[in-house]
Order: sequence, then C-alpha cells, then structure tokens
Amino acid sequence: MTPFWVSIAAAAASLVLLLVVFELIRSRRLRERYALLWLLTGIVLLVLSLWRGGLNTMAGWIGIETYPPSVLFAVGLLFILVVLLHYSTVISKLSDQNTVLAQRLALLEHELEETRPDGEYNPDASPS
Amino acid sequence: MPDVRALMAGRKRVAIVPALNEEGSVGSVIDEIRAFDPGFAIVVVDDGSSDRTAQVARAHGASVVRLPFNLGIGGAVQTGYRYAFERGFELAVQIDGDGQHDPAELPRILEPVLDGRVDMAVGSRFAGERAYRPPLARRLGIRLFAGIVSLLVRQRVTDTTSGFRAVNRRGIALFAADYPHDYPEVEATVMVVKHRLRLCEVSVSMRERTAGRSSIGALSSVYYMVKVMLALFVGVFRRRALPSEEA
Repeated sequence: MTPFWVSIAAAAASLVLLLVVFELIRSRRLRERYALLWLLTGIVLLVLSLWRGGLNTMAGWIGIETYPPSVLFAVGLLFILVVLLHYSTVISKLSDQNTVLAQRLALLEHELEETRPDGEYNPDASPS
Repeated sequence: MPDVRALMAGRKRVAIVPALNEEGSVGSVIDEIRAFDPGFAIVVVDDGSSDRTAQVARAHGASVVRLPFNLGIGGAVQTGYRYAFERGFELAVQIDGDGQHDPAELPRILEPVLDGRVDMAVGSRFAGERAYRPPLARRLGIRLFAGIVSLLVRQRVTDTTSGFRAVNRRGIALFAADYPHDYPEVEATVMVVKHRLRLCEVSVSMRERTAGRSSIGALSSVYYMVKVMLALFVGVFRRRALPSEEA
C-alpha cells in the first residue's frame, strides 16, 4: 500500500507544477500550445497521487508488488520523455525557420546595398 | 442604411486579406473589394503559400506582404494590422482570401464602426434571420464557444470563428500590439472586450469556399477545442496588453 504522506507529497508537487505552468501562461512566458503537455503531466500525476486505489491497481498490472509509488516515477519519467521529444521537434522547426529568416535578411540587405547609392546603406556601421 | 461610402470618404482605409494557397480565389476577392470601393488600400498577407498566391495578388494590384514561412492565421492577420497601424490607417476591414466573405457585404460591417457605435464589428453567419447550418459536430463546437464567449463578454456572440470584420483605429492599435496565435478569432473577441473596446455582430451571408480548403481539419478539432478553452480560461486572469483609455 502507498504510504499516506507519499500521496500527500506527490499531490502537493503536482499542484505546484500546475500552478507554475498556469502562471507562466498567464504572464505570457509560455504559449498555450506548449503548455498543454505540461498541464496533462500535472493532471495525470495529481490524479494518480490522490487516487490511491488506482495507483495500487496499476502497480499490480505492471508487476510492482513492493512499492506502488514507483508507478508515479514511471509515469512522470514517461511524460518527461514525451515533452523532451516534443521540444526536439519544436527546436528543429525553429532552426529551419531561423535559416530561412537569415537567408531572406541577407538577400534583402544585398538588394538594399545594390539599389542605394554608394555607402548610403551600410548595416555594419550601425552602433548596435 | 446610411450611405456608407459617404461616411468613409476621407478616412484612410485598408482591406487586410490573409491568404494561404489561394491563387484560385484571391484575385477575384481583390477585384470585388475594389469594385465595392476603389478607395480601399488592399494588403494581401501571403502566409507562406507554395502556389502563385502572391503573384496573382500583385497582378490584381494589391500590396503583397509575403511571410518567409507559414506563421498561422494569427500571425498572418497580425502582420496586416501592424501594416495598417504603421501606415496610419484609420479604418481596416479583414476579409479572407478564400472568397468565403463577400465584399458586397462590407457595408453591413462598416456601418456600425463608421457611425461610431462600436470599435469592431464582426460579420456573423448566425446572427439574424439568414442563418447558416454547418454539420452537427461543427455546429456544437461553435455553439459551445459562442456560449462561453457570450458569458465572458456579457453580450450575445453567435459566431466566434468569423474572420470578417471591420475595426477603427483603436482596434487596429490593439491588434497590432497583441493578437492571439493559432486559432485567434475566439480569443480576439474576448480580448477586445477586455480592453473596453465596443463590439457588435451583424448578420452576413457567407459563400462556399471558391477554392482551396479550410485551415481547420477534422483531426485537429479536438486539439483546437482544448487549446482555445485553455486560452479563454487563462485570458480571464490576464493583464491588459495595452493600457485602456477610460471611456
């Protein structure tokens, strides 16, 4: 059986995660589309922490007999893997887009230099 | 209806036309806007099309802003509002490049903005007598959002997904500063009211899409529902993006 205080601690940790994610969305530091996975993680962990019978049953299914809270670790780890994988795809897309942006900017600057009279357009001379 | 054209005269006005792979329809949309009123500047925001949307739009005389890659409808539309804001336009209408919005209906959404009753007027397919009946699943989703949004803004809203609207300078400034991502119309409605801008819906009829396909597929609808619900929920707790001018 899951020790009582383990359930309380796990539930508290899940709640903190949910609150932090919520605050990040509210203050616009996290977009909704990237927050959904985190919210799902928090909700699943919260449910499993509080629903002690369910946690024990699930532990039985996958053959964990000694310490049911291990399921929490397993589920948490699984979600972290999914979130990381998701972020890898996001980063890949961002770096592709970054390449396109740099190319377009370089071509634009080149065109400006060509069309302006000599020396009038010189981006390297800017103080920044 | 008072003469909308007379009220518009002398106001710097722009039509914002977001388009993604609409080479088959964007040309006639531009022509129809010009036929309604040649005084409109027309800016087509090409959201990373892979077809000839930008060339067709240019050939029909529109200014074309081409995004280097697909930003999604929210980012594309906001590009149009930034253009309108930076160039000092006082009045903007937003019309989809797919031809589903009929420029002949422009007077209906322009009138309440022009006579100063509201800051933004949205063309609704459901308000009034000329009702449109989409498939059941879609209708339920639209009903649900309309219900939630109506509660949040304390005013009856029937069509939260309509991208056919007219805004004045205050609306342009707000959307240039802040505009929701992904599926923006639902959140934008709430945002407008939160900033104490006045909003109304007018009934319009919309056409079947003349070419291309809808940006919302069946598979992504569930994701869409969840994401918008979350955004609406969080939106209630958000600070304003712009200080509101006290009315």
